[in-house]
Amino acid sequence: MSKSSIAKKGSSTLNRKRFKRYIPVYLLMFPGLLYLFINNYMPLPGLIVAFKQYNARKGIYGSPWAGLSNFAYLFQTNDAWLITRNTILYNVAFIIINTVLAITVAILLSEMWGKVKNFYQSAILLPHLISSVIIGYLVFAFFSVENGFVNNFILEKLGIEAISWYSEPKYWPFIIVFVSSWKAIGYNCIIYLSTLLGFDRSFYESAMIDGATKWQQIKYITLPLLKPTVIMLTLMAVGRIFYSDFGLFYQVPMNQGALYPTTQTIDTYVYRGLLQLGNISMSAAAGVYQSIIGFAMILGANMLVRKLDKESALW
Amino acid sequence: MKTKEDIRFNVIGHIVMAILTFNALIPIVLMIISSLTDNAALMKNGYSFFPEKLSLYAYKWIFAFNGGMVIRAYGISFFITIVGTVISVLLTIGLAYGLSKRDLPGKGFFTFYVVFTMLFNGGLVPTYINYTNVFHLKDTIFALIIPNLLMNAFNVLLMKSYFVSGVPYEIIEAAYIDGATEFQTLSKVVTPLAKPIIATVAMFAGISYWNDWNNGYIYLVQRTDLFSIQNLLNRLMQNINALTQNASDIANANSGLAEIPSVTVRMAIATLGILPIIVVYPFVQKSFVKGITLGGVKG
Repeated sequence: MSKSSIAKKGSSTLNRKRFKRYIPVYLLMFPGLLYLFINNYMPLPGLIVAFKQYNARKGIYGSPWAGLSNFAYLFQTNDAWLITRNTILYNVAFIIINTVLAITVAILLSEMWGKVKNFYQSAILLPHLISSVIIGYLVFAFFSVENGFVNNFILEKLGIEAISWYSEPKYWPFIIVFVSSWKAIGYNCIIYLSTLLGFDRSFYESAMIDGATKWQQIKYITLPLLKPTVIMLTLMAVGRIFYSDFGLFYQVPMNQGALYPTTQTIDTYVYRGLLQLGNISMSAAAGVYQSIIGFAMILGANMLVRKLDKESALW
Repeated sequence: MKTKEDIRFNVIGHIVMAILTFNALIPIVLMIISSLTDNAALMKNGYSFFPEKLSLYAYKWIFAFNGGMVIRAYGISFFITIVGTVISVLLTIGLAYGLSKRDLPGKGFFTFYVVFTMLFNGGLVPTYINYTNVFHLKDTIFALIIPNLLMNAFNVLLMKSYFVSGVPYEIIEAAYIDGATEFQTLSKVVTPLAKPIIATVAMFAGISYWNDWNNGYIYLVQRTDLFSIQNLLNRLMQNINALTQNASDIANANSGLAEIPSVTVRMAIATLGILPIIVVYPFVQKSFVKGITLGGVKG
């Protein structure tokens, strides 16, 4: 017997031994794995419903095939273009605005002294923990037509006529972006703040000795050092550009039909198709469209991240 | 040493942060004040920070007169949050512990199995069909606990990386050599060392259960008695929308709820919906921040 085959045999019994030793570990892992199977893997074959003419009585597998007609129908309507445009444009706006805000706040907080900065940080994180249903209520308190704070106090004082916010789509891109920043700023700034606090202070000390102003320090030290983090987080967000925060887009505009042109995203479209219109096949087609392009975006973003910094890649 | 410039920078910082803090809190303040406003005054003057007349009527309505449905929904919210969080933490610990083992046979496969769920999913429609047709979760309390919320890959990976970096391998090996079973090692050695991350994951899970309205909206069709507080708030708002859009829809919109409570009562229910979070927040804020930092770029 050659040396290598002995080694092989040795390692395979070792493997078996190892496997035996780990049986209890597999048992500990089992419930979690089973849950992922039920929640994430079992529905996957159901994706074929997008290629069927769904009939609840016949079930997914019994329903007749429809080929690509659900997709053809989806892309013939204006809807496909609208929901894609809205989803992507909102995400681009969120990425730019929320990143700029988060970095600004992180820099301000990192230069601050005193206990009050902890209070600031806690306060701006609080909106992140509020459910989107309640956020919908809060927005309604401001924009309700008859009783809303904006119409009754701000516009009235300025002598401007009351605006019927919930039937005018043109205002909603601003409201949605504002609410999104309101919700995300505390969360996003934490990541940048922790990165900032990890920087080597000696850079700043020598810059100060050289007489650099605060603004120069930020421009020539802080921002360049932050660049890798910004790139990583942005790429990750780009990977998710085909997905939207369903609660934000469903609850904040109060599911008002008049606002769909500027508030309908892929997620809300799928949802409405399923639950309100009962058009399961079309809704599934939009879902498959999202899953596949979303998957490609995530793969692409991760590939880029891997090239830049292996540690930060998702896998 | 604080230079003049530092001070100027700080002043600007305090001004900006004060504005943002104000901004973050003011809608919540408006909500609480409206819940304490007299309904007639609110209808007349609109939502206001300085109402003409205060009243505890909304809270009396909930606790003394008609609030059975609100209190019940509140109880269900607490129930699903507690049960869901406990199960979620146990599942996450078990799976993360296995994935943290250096030489676990099949580790690569299991890691991929977990990560893949973050990259690709069937989406709403297949998930809905799966839970309703195969598991018959529709109109059961399980519908509020099981779909999507019970465990997620992100928390598993978060905990796994803490186990790898925060629990020294030597200690686990030593426990094994001393004859501890895997279960003993996990419960007596690893878990105590991983308390911070367990607290973080528990909080992430707890908040997503408390705030969830989606599952109830999708899966609770007839059993409105199983509504959580978020589902109740959602339904109230839908009813109001239905009323304003189409008066003939009243009967339809009202299904499950006898009457539509006044604006102040709605604001009081929403206040109750935020209350537990505001109460718990100061205590958990630190581990929350820690969790976000740990999740960091991988978020």
